[in-house]
Amino acid sequence: MATPLVVSDVAKSFTMHLRDGVTLPVVAGVSFSIRAGECAVLGGPSGAGKSSILKMLYGNYAVDEGQIIVQHGGGLIDLASASPRTVLSVRRHTIGYVSQFLRTVPRVSALDVVAEPLVERGEDRDSARAKARSLLQQLNLPEKLWALPPATFSGGEQQRVNIARGFITEHPILLLDEPTASLDARNRDVVVELIAAKKAAGVALLGIFHDLDVRDAAADRVIDVTAFAAGKIAA
Amino acid sequence: MTDIATYNFAYLDEQTKRMIRRAILKGIAIPGYQVPFASREMPMPYGWGTGGVQVTASIIGPDDVLKVIDQGADDTTNAVSIRAFFKKVANVAVTTETATATIIQTRHRIPEHPLNAGQVLVFQVPIPEPLRFLEPRETETRKMHALEEYGLMHVKLYEDIARHGRIATTYAYPVKVEGRYVMDPSPTPKFDNPKMHRSPALQLFGAGREKRIYAVPPLTDVVSLDFEDHPFEVQTFDQPCALCGAENVYLDEVILDDHGGHMFVCSDTDHCEKRREDGHHGHLAAETNLASGKTEPAE
Amino acid sequence: MTDEPLLRVSALSKFYGSRVGCENVTFDLWPGEVLAVVGESGSGKTTLLNCLSTRLLPSSGTASYRMRDGQWRELYRMSEAERRFLMRTDWGFVHQNPADGLRMTVSAGANVGERLMAVGDRHYGKIRATAVDWLSRVEIDEDRIDDEPRAFSGGMRQRLQIARNLVTGPRLVFMDEPTGGLDVSVQARLLDLLRGLVTDLGLAAIVVTHDLAVARLLSQRMMVMKDGRVVESGLTDRVLDDPRAPYTQLLVSSILQV
Repeated sequence: MATPLVVSDVAKSFTMHLRDGVTLPVVAGVSFSIRAGECAVLGGPSGAGKSSILKMLYGNYAVDEGQIIVQHGGGLIDLASASPRTVLSVRRHTIGYVSQFLRTVPRVSALDVVAEPLVERGEDRDSARAKARSLLQQLNLPEKLWALPPATFSGGEQQRVNIARGFITEHPILLLDEPTASLDARNRDVVVELIAAKKAAGVALLGIFHDLDVRDAAADRVIDVTAFAAGKIAA
Repeated sequence: MTDIATYNFAYLDEQTKRMIRRAILKGIAIPGYQVPFASREMPMPYGWGTGGVQVTASIIGPDDVLKVIDQGADDTTNAVSIRAFFKKVANVAVTTETATATIIQTRHRIPEHPLNAGQVLVFQVPIPEPLRFLEPRETETRKMHALEEYGLMHVKLYEDIARHGRIATTYAYPVKVEGRYVMDPSPTPKFDNPKMHRSPALQLFGAGREKRIYAVPPLTDVVSLDFEDHPFEVQTFDQPCALCGAENVYLDEVILDDHGGHMFVCSDTDHCEKRREDGHHGHLAAETNLASGKTEPAE
Repeated sequence: MTDEPLLRVSALSKFYGSRVGCENVTFDLWPGEVLAVVGESGSGKTTLLNCLSTRLLPSSGTASYRMRDGQWRELYRMSEAERRFLMRTDWGFVHQNPADGLRMTVSAGANVGERLMAVGDRHYGKIRATAVDWLSRVEIDEDRIDDEPRAFSGGMRQRLQIARNLVTGPRLVFMDEPTGGLDVSVQARLLDLLRGLVTDLGLAAIVVTHDLAVARLLSQRMMVMKDGRVVESGLTDRVLDDPRAPYTQLLVSSILQV
């Protein structure tokens, strides 16, 4: 079975230059891989570095040590040392990301916010909007909101727009950062269905879920982040 | 004669004339290009044609016959004064007849009578830079000429059409010379622009205050700028000259009384007189009787 | 999608006497990419922008540009005529103060049409139709087409300046603090408009700004400058979310949280 994402010996710390250069170790020796069609979950208490790992995998945080090997464009690249341009290409074609919060863009309708990742990948606007409609429908976002910019939506509504935006593309790797945090039970179930559909399509998923119901329903296995605690390795 | 013995022929000293002739030659070699020159103080104020006078003074010889017109007329103060000036300082023959003249110094008109090879038309130019009102920096306008960046000139014409529905510029209408330099033809009415195109006469332009000379050699292309959908057009008049009945000439409005009475007559006085001598009459011709054109020989 | 950059900058330095304008700046810019250059006043970001746009000649270093015909040309070896032609066809320059980039005494329509006329368009009707189209794209009412920018608000002037620059379909646009001096609400609208245009037209842009929010919204990559040198560069969200250089950390931590 294909393994589109392999993480080996990744370490991350923050150097706080404004506090006399004190270094805060975050994680070290992070090693795992995700197979296609699998959903893995990062587990561990708050502050263990789950979010930091996810952000490194998306190129949002710099990586101090180690490799993040991604199957991209028919080859393998190391995301930890890739150029910004390569990272952008990986984000466009290979790794999708559903963040916790929607970064709203003023004056762009919810429908277009959802359709945008497809348009960016070259799909024509009409068919992108059609897919966006069907996803928003599935997530039970009232149709009267579709034409409105999401800035004024409730937390749950914004999150559903965000999930739709993240799930609309066919990225072979999908990172999920607490996508169900502010959803009700019915919509959590929809997300679980969406994850199942992605798995069936051969997507490798890695997520952070605080909601145990969702985690149990969606995850194939849990990666315990406490094993990568920076102090442990150093000690 | 004795009282002008202190002046050199044609007022300017020979070194100055050589300098100006060099500028003229350069201007002829690069049609439409504004050649800087060391403009001299002349015994008349700027704005009275000091540029044209210096050009004329530099090219005139004892055998030349000079005609001077101001807005087409030989008998206005400016024309009479400059003609008298050269009669005095160069002792040349002067005339009001376009056909007889070898040099015609003009302010704001080109004579109606077609010019011939060998004649020289000297324009008095107040502001030689056609781009000046759009781009005040001389450093920039010179660069624009050098690099042939003339989009700005069309901006002016665009503004005309946007504001008036047509190109409303009626005088100092910009032209492109020999497909290269955009040139201000001096504040002549655009009616005269077509006369510049492939004219057999040499056309010289002098701007005294701005210290520039430029030239259009004989048989040079002079094309008025325009848009494909707003082509260049000259002014038309809906009535002929009131004195000589001429059509297709440039007319001036003359006020006759305090009650709104007016007439339109040829701006080119010599042309008008010649036509009347030849028996042409407009509807008001009987009421006026102007002196006929004449040539005064050198003394 | 091409794998060649549009602009290659190598070891670019500009000195004013013994004072450093910018020093040893190296980067590539790809088609459709927006690069933000951030830093405080005096950090050299405007000097760099002026060197790149050939408004200023650098003291040393090279910058090459891939022309529309695919040929690479070294910017500082091109003749002035070629550079100026590039500047009004394939490039744009959006000034912080719109008055520096507009002709304040000619109409909005002529401001937009000037570049078309400069490259030889001689059909009034077509020029005007294009101007109308561009005014609507920057959200200026068609009935303002014959008004002079003097009668426009700051935000409208800036939008007009953008239309004037984009009308010839440039591939690279330089922007110097494009939202500086505007009210916050006007800024948001302009940024939104710029973001849309840049995406729709696939423009490459180099945006100089001291405003990290502008960088975040407009750019994919950024360079942080201090004392004429690039102290950090990378993906915009990486630099802002995980700043590494001491100066970048200071900049990021200095943002007022609302």
